[in-house]
Amino acid sequence: MSATTPAMVAAVATAVPRRRPRPVRVLSDTWVVMERNLISYVRIPEQLFFSSVQPIMFVLLFRYVFGGAISTPGMSYVNYLMPGIFVQTVLFSVVSTSVGLAEDLQKGLIERFRSLPMARSAVLFGRTAADSVRNVFVILLITAVGYLVGFRVQTSLLGYLEAFVLLILFAFAISWAFAYVGLSAPNSETAQLMAFPVLFPLTFASTAFVPASSMPSWLAWFAEHQPVSILVNATRALMVGGPQADTGHWVTMSLVWSAIFLAAFVPLAVWRYRRTA
Amino acid sequence: MTAAIEAIELVKTFGRDVRALDGVSFSVPQGTVLGLLGPNGAGKTTTVRVLTTTLVPDSGRATVNGLDVVRNPDGVRASIGLAGQYAAVDENLTGRENLRMIGQLFQLSRRDATRIADDLLERFRLTEAANRPSKTYSGGMRRRLDIAAALIVKPPVLFLDEPTTGLDPNSRSAVWEIVVDLVAEGTSVLLTTQYLEEADRLADDIVVVDRGTVIASGTPAALKSRLGETMLDLTFVDAEHAARARDLFIGDWPSPPILEHHLLELPVEAGPQQVMVALRRLDEAGLSPVTMALREPSLDDVFLDLTGHRAETADEEQEMVR
Repeated sequence: MSATTPAMVAAVATAVPRRRPRPVRVLSDTWVVMERNLISYVRIPEQLFFSSVQPIMFVLLFRYVFGGAISTPGMSYVNYLMPGIFVQTVLFSVVSTSVGLAEDLQKGLIERFRSLPMARSAVLFGRTAADSVRNVFVILLITAVGYLVGFRVQTSLLGYLEAFVLLILFAFAISWAFAYVGLSAPNSETAQLMAFPVLFPLTFASTAFVPASSMPSWLAWFAEHQPVSILVNATRALMVGGPQADTGHWVTMSLVWSAIFLAAFVPLAVWRYRRTA
Repeated sequence: MTAAIEAIELVKTFGRDVRALDGVSFSVPQGTVLGLLGPNGAGKTTTVRVLTTTLVPDSGRATVNGLDVVRNPDGVRASIGLAGQYAAVDENLTGRENLRMIGQLFQLSRRDATRIADDLLERFRLTEAANRPSKTYSGGMRRRLDIAAALIVKPPVLFLDEPTTGLDPNSRSAVWEIVVDLVAEGTSVLLTTQYLEEADRLADDIVVVDRGTVIASGTPAALKSRLGETMLDLTFVDAEHAARARDLFIGDWPSPPILEHHLLELPVEAGPQQVMVALRRLDEAGLSPVTMALREPSLDDVFLDLTGHRAETADEEQEMVR
């Protein structure tokens, strides 16, 4: 059985690689890698389905099972809950950053990328950018689910959109920490498991689902000051408002935390990527 | 003319005590195929990774296409193709999407990348499967796609890291034909393999590595002639008969026979004449072998001779992956 003939060999076309300034190359390579990651997401519909089911379950769980026992001052529980759910969902979905990179490493795709004359940073930016795009859809889905169970934006469309951008930015910043985790994990299963000891306390010991005032004082202090609560408060202030909403403060603090995460974890992940042999 | 690949005293250690490469040197003239041969963990993949810039050596120097792999990695990357066990394609993307993506990352325009992807798919008879996710491909198809991905920019130097490991014989010979065609077009190839037959068939020169060092090099013919003996393999009903047969060839036989339980390996470099002498001698002693075979020296024997162990045939190389 023969795969080729000399005539076919001669027929292969050639093309000349373009010489482009470095920033253009970084952007274009990032775009190519992002596109590839998004195609992968769409090609595994069951993964998409089940990753959407989880946040919906949380909405139903807190709205109908726990919600009745939680009292929230100044607003209905569903309006208190949904900003927390938005935050929880975008945070949990960045696990795909670490799992995706660990998988690429495991399967030898990273090795292929390393041998190509492409921008080094594009592999990581392409991944975190794709996960941000995915989060856009996740937020839209949760908004729809929220509306079905009685959630209503109390402020304005602009407030909702500001919260939207803030959520995407914060998740993007955090996903760099998960990129670092994914590059350090021995395999994708471990990468997934490694996320939860971090994500669980940050999401649940926060103001996402219950007011901090209902917690023991030591925990309440943590819950009031940690970054996830700050993002929750900002999202809640932007979407629901209310008399005590200190919107400017929480939004600024969320931006500060996003900047801190980016400043800390982008260099760390890039360093890890270069070092990962 | 500069060599396609030049490796000088490459050293690479992992952790404290794994010396994956312990001073590896060799040279690949342009337009030739070098077979890098060795057992699992010998340092073959590590060598490829250093030469393809995905791993920085601790010491030593290497050039590919005249470009230094440490000082000018981007230049090297633009002039090589890599296909191998650890340089995979994305199984969720179709064959066409994979090739187009890699083309674009080689800095081709989307249009050029698509055109070349289609050409390569046709060349490797993957056109029908072009729009199917590559995870639906057979092992042979996937390997062809992998090699196609390495050929996007018609690289002057091609690295094939165990290109046929795990393939059925048909797919294996299809890959071999591809390599032969590429070399005919002037491509220089570094091929790592555990299959001696593959090196024998494709390589102009062979470098044998074991435990991170080069233990032999030369043309396949030269390596084989180092142990240039034709062997007559005789098996007997039991070890005792074999031992009695062995005793007939001690003393006056040109080179000593080797006894392995009930198998007797008898060197017969003088050819059929000597075989007849041997058989007559056995007959006179009333010993008849159960089976008999004449064996030309293979690279397998060279390998055994050089390393003291047989070439391993494990599916996966256990070298450090990361």
